[in-house]
Amino acid sequence: MDGSNATRRGLLKGAAGAALGAGLARPAIVHAQSGPIRIGHLTPRTGFLGPLGEYAVMSMDLVVDEINAGGGMMGRKIELLKEDSVNPQTASTKAERMIERDKVACIIGEISSASCLTIAQVAQRMRTLFINTGGNSDALRSTDCKRYMFHVESQNSMYVKSVGRSFLAAGMVKGKRWYSLTADYAFGHDLLKVAKRFMESNGGSFAGDDLVPTDATDFSAYLLKIRNAKPDLVVLNLAGAQITNFLKQYAEFGLTYPCGGFGFDTALAWAAGKGNFVGTWPVVWHHLIETPGSQGFVAAFSKRYGKPPENQAWGEYVATKIFAQAVNEAKTTDSLKLVEYFEGGAKFDVLKTRPGYFRKSDHQLMHEMYAVTALPADKIRNQWDIFSSSPPVPGPNEELEAIASTPDEASCTFTT
Amino acid sequence: MLFLQQLLNGLLDGVYYLLIALGLSLIFALGGVVNLAHGALFAIGAYLTLVLTPYLGFGGSFVVAPVAVGLLGVVMERFLFRRFYRSDPILSLLLTFGLAMVAEQGLRMIFGAAPLSYSIPSYLRGQVVVGDFVYSFYRTMLLVVAALCVAALWVLLQRTSFGRVVRAGVQDPDMVGALGISLRPYMAWVAGIGIGLAGLAGVLLAPIYSVHPAMGAEIITPAFVVVVIGGLGSFWGVVAAALLVGLAKGTMVGLGYSAFSTAIIYLMMLLVLLFRPRGLFGERITRFE
Repeated sequence: MDGSNATRRGLLKGAAGAALGAGLARPAIVHAQSGPIRIGHLTPRTGFLGPLGEYAVMSMDLVVDEINAGGGMMGRKIELLKEDSVNPQTASTKAERMIERDKVACIIGEISSASCLTIAQVAQRMRTLFINTGGNSDALRSTDCKRYMFHVESQNSMYVKSVGRSFLAAGMVKGKRWYSLTADYAFGHDLLKVAKRFMESNGGSFAGDDLVPTDATDFSAYLLKIRNAKPDLVVLNLAGAQITNFLKQYAEFGLTYPCGGFGFDTALAWAAGKGNFVGTWPVVWHHLIETPGSQGFVAAFSKRYGKPPENQAWGEYVATKIFAQAVNEAKTTDSLKLVEYFEGGAKFDVLKTRPGYFRKSDHQLMHEMYAVTALPADKIRNQWDIFSSSPPVPGPNEELEAIASTPDEASCTFTT
Repeated sequence: MLFLQQLLNGLLDGVYYLLIALGLSLIFALGGVVNLAHGALFAIGAYLTLVLTPYLGFGGSFVVAPVAVGLLGVVMERFLFRRFYRSDPILSLLLTFGLAMVAEQGLRMIFGAAPLSYSIPSYLRGQVVVGDFVYSFYRTMLLVVAALCVAALWVLLQRTSFGRVVRAGVQDPDMVGALGISLRPYMAWVAGIGIGLAGLAGVLLAPIYSVHPAMGAEIITPAFVVVVIGGLGSFWGVVAAALLVGLAKGTMVGLGYSAFSTAIIYLMMLLVLLFRPRGLFGERITRFE
């Protein structure tokens, strides 16, 4: 292998001018055929999203080893560069360095919507593919959308509409009063907007609606207000450790109003623990999905790390597999070609019952979601299997787009 | 009625900061060390509870974990803090900042970044009902424990010979030395007690807060705000400030301005720093002015 490469390179060196002039060889291809393909992974590993970032990193290591063991992409190995994205500013600096100095073929990762945006701006400017695995805000798919950014993570609208169906089926919306708590930053505001639209269009109203500072750890004052307001449903638009804190204290105060939320990660339910975890929540994926793909992933992850994967782990796993498939099928690592490949409606195995695809209008992955409901304490067998799942949403006879935002709700115009 | 409940709850909310703020204040007053690692030691207390519970139960951890964290404090004092009492405060600030990061990352390496689950033991669950006032039994117990700690610390500082030496040391360590009393062993005790209190706070909050490596960083800032408002080194100042901070937060949530419930405590700190830099009850400490 090495020998033939060296020969080819030597040949090219000699005939560079002539070859280029004749258009017989493109240096990009020569370069692309040598050495590994680099992927840059950025995600918060410290701070309040750090617990989820850890799952992302574990999954990234797993999937890269898996792809390399299977022969890599176009016969070339993947070389993975991993960094803590810390905050939007640092994320942007690191993305720039990965693209400019390390020449990564694409950037995968993120959880914070704010950092997603700064990375996307760099990716767009440098014409490099960025696959978002954890930023939810609808704004990233509408006002802030970028042609080089694709979203494996579901948008807030998909979260709201998938768990919203469970609330509708349980008669929790029409004529009912909700009490909502919302994280006081971009993600929470975006989610509240979508949730409110859903509630009002289905005939519900707010019994109360509080913003929660992101560094709040104690919810007792809110719990007293909730008890006083006697709502029909308590809904949370919170993120990270705040969901865990809330659930633990909700149980502590003995409140029993039905409860649920529009943003969620299974790690937070596991952290709240048996008996404290209550309510109905939306997830992009969970470890109890019974497709062969999901169970294979769960088995490989559990074998390596001694615990089942969290939904964030699914994000990196699927994003990297999608990237590998695209490179293999489009036979290039050129970002623009890959963007065109994705926009062409290619189908991907996303470990669910139906394959997924990227919607051309906003680059959102169209795929099934689930609503999970906490099991009562006496039905729980271990610390991981603490919820039951709805069937995939949307159902088998519906378009996958049924739960995504409509053009009226959020529309995107790409600039090239 | 709801508002009254909010006021009472606000007072209780302040108690969480109290245990951490008291230790911070005490260690600073005696040695001049601003212990930024205090939050990390609180987190270690919480993680120790998780580790010890399978063997000792919550009750056993409640006794053992704070003592273990306190001993860690004594070790830190003996090998690290001690070198910085007479030097520029910025050095000890850097030292404890570094320690906080090492401890947090250490927890992340040992236990993983994912939060771990822990619940209130069954015998402490339930609600206290007094007329219209319904409140968590666990939190009521927490208040009792915190009040007992405050009382015990007050007795120790005000009514024992140990406390007299410590208080004299706060005011004028050189004079204490001139009288032939070495402050060194006292420093170790004070660090042990102050840090042990942070460990105790970790034990008490593990059942109701998310247990994750950055939990210390979350609580250290409001605890500092309490110390600054109350006055560094002032016992009752810290107690009053903790209650005041809790009350202000509770009032903001109660009135429907929850988005400002954190901002209000920083505003309070700003006002105190502008108009009374030594803090509400802060005494004039000769060597710092």
